[in-house]
Amino acid sequence: MKHVIIGNSTAAVGCVEGIRRVNRTDDIVLIADESHHTYARPLISYLLAGKTDKERMKYRKDDFYEVNGVTSLLGKTAVSIDPAKNTVTLDSGEAVGYDNLLVATGASPVFFPAEGLAQVKPAHTFTTLDDADALLKCVRESTRVLIVGAGLIGLKCAEGLRARTTHVAVVDLAPIVLSSMLKPAPAEIMQAHLEQNGVELHLGTSVKAFRPDEARHGAYFAELQNGESLGFDVLVYAAGVRANIQLVKDAGGACGRGITVDAFGQTSLPQVYAAGDCTESTDVCTGQRKVMALLPNAYMQGEAAGMHMAAAGAPLPCQPLGLIPENAIGFFGKHILSAGVYFEDGADGIYEDFDGGSYRCFYYDKTAQRLRGYILMDCPQRAGIYTALIRNGTQLPEEQFLQLRREPGLIAFPSQARIDILRKKEVAQ
Amino acid sequence: MRKIFVREEWCLGCHLCEYHCANANLGNGDMAKALKGRRINPRITVEDDGRICFAVSCRHCTEPDCKKSCISGAISVVDGVVQVDQDKCVGCYTCILACPYGTIQPNAEGHVVQKCELCLQNGCEPACVSHCPNRAIIYEQEGVSA
Repeated sequence: MKHVIIGNSTAAVGCVEGIRRVNRTDDIVLIADESHHTYARPLISYLLAGKTDKERMKYRKDDFYEVNGVTSLLGKTAVSIDPAKNTVTLDSGEAVGYDNLLVATGASPVFFPAEGLAQVKPAHTFTTLDDADALLKCVRESTRVLIVGAGLIGLKCAEGLRARTTHVAVVDLAPIVLSSMLKPAPAEIMQAHLEQNGVELHLGTSVKAFRPDEARHGAYFAELQNGESLGFDVLVYAAGVRANIQLVKDAGGACGRGITVDAFGQTSLPQVYAAGDCTESTDVCTGQRKVMALLPNAYMQGEAAGMHMAAAGAPLPCQPLGLIPENAIGFFGKHILSAGVYFEDGADGIYEDFDGGSYRCFYYDKTAQRLRGYILMDCPQRAGIYTALIRNGTQLPEEQFLQLRREPGLIAFPSQARIDILRKKEVAQ
Repeated sequence: MRKIFVREEWCLGCHLCEYHCANANLGNGDMAKALKGRRINPRITVEDDGRICFAVSCRHCTEPDCKKSCISGAISVVDGVVQVDQDKCVGCYTCILACPYGTIQPNAEGHVVQKCELCLQNGCEPACVSHCPNRAIIYEQEGVSA
């Protein structure tokens, strides 16, 4: 059996490890357009900040491919899939045959058109190690950086670059930072924290036009919709990403905003799986299909797909994936953990607590007696207890929820559940 | 492999496991000198509501959500022991978000995480086990009667 993987990041590594949990001898070929050893992609902002280096940010050890019997074709781009012939064609023209294929092509930054954008050279993006390297080369202490996008990528980039320059400005059309993740109240706390740490925020507006600064070579102005004009030397576009679905779409596979996959990563094409940021799958806490481009999901999807690919139809000792949105992110030492859904404004069962600088929000569905989601700011302690309740759809009587809201703990669980977790299970001889 | 198990019915809620854990991870010196007057940051947690009490630390899961969720590849399983490479960890707390038992913590400075690694790095038997006065915390082979 020959497994081919397109991609070399979290989902691809999960797939390799999933295959090897089931089978030690099948052939694995890994194709990636980036030529780097597998690296921890979210760590590129920590690289900018000098908090890690290229050696430590390797996602797996140097001998990963060798130990796992992976033939790696790095620096090669897959340009098409032929699902009738079971082949992947590379940019070199070479065709690679497969019995099973995993597409883990990730997502790419999108550029929203703005007048004069083409004149800004280069317009940086911030999703790869090469992107980080390019910024490291051109950002000095006096460099004025303009970042378009106050989402996760834009703000992590801003944090990383603040370690290198005092001039970092961020523009976003949304009136709050992290608008896809936060409600307004915690967003305000985070906004103040970012500003205290020297990030200049321009929210609720966007760039109308870019124009060169006639007085300074290599410098530009961004004219904002609100009338302001911002001078800058380096531009980073972090206004969102789009799932890389083209290979599967061109091959006739079902796609929405991401490649459509089932709970084991199978696409609509036979023997073709997909995992990670390029996919759209079911959020088990709402039943909705969505792109959940978050690292834990990418690994779990890749691993599950790998196990299925290697099992070739044999039953597996694993459950279908219970994917939910879940994210941990921090800026300048202030951490936000979130999972599930919590945007049901006005819905019965939204509980918000402010305590000093910390903030907690829970969405407890009283009718179904289930925890649906949470946001925790600066109180990460034992958050995974909440995450598991959401992921597993655990029935949670209100009294138990109120106890857990005060403090996460296993103590709120029924006695038998605690015993199952904590006690040794004797195996009958 | 041997793992730590907890027998809730024997726990007195004395919190000695937390102190001995903190002390073992600070080098096993004089506990009073090391911890007196300091806020400890142990890798085991005693839960106590006045009626029920028990200790909880890493279960060393065979399907560790923390390892799968780690954004930097800092968490690995070595001979069944779930370990954090603090040199690779960037302190993003995704593992804290993922651990269903709440057994991973920020370290004292908050820059990286820490968890129970069975005192293997401390060169001793798990300190929480050896100092539990009531044998409410035990260190035994999984699934085999003692």
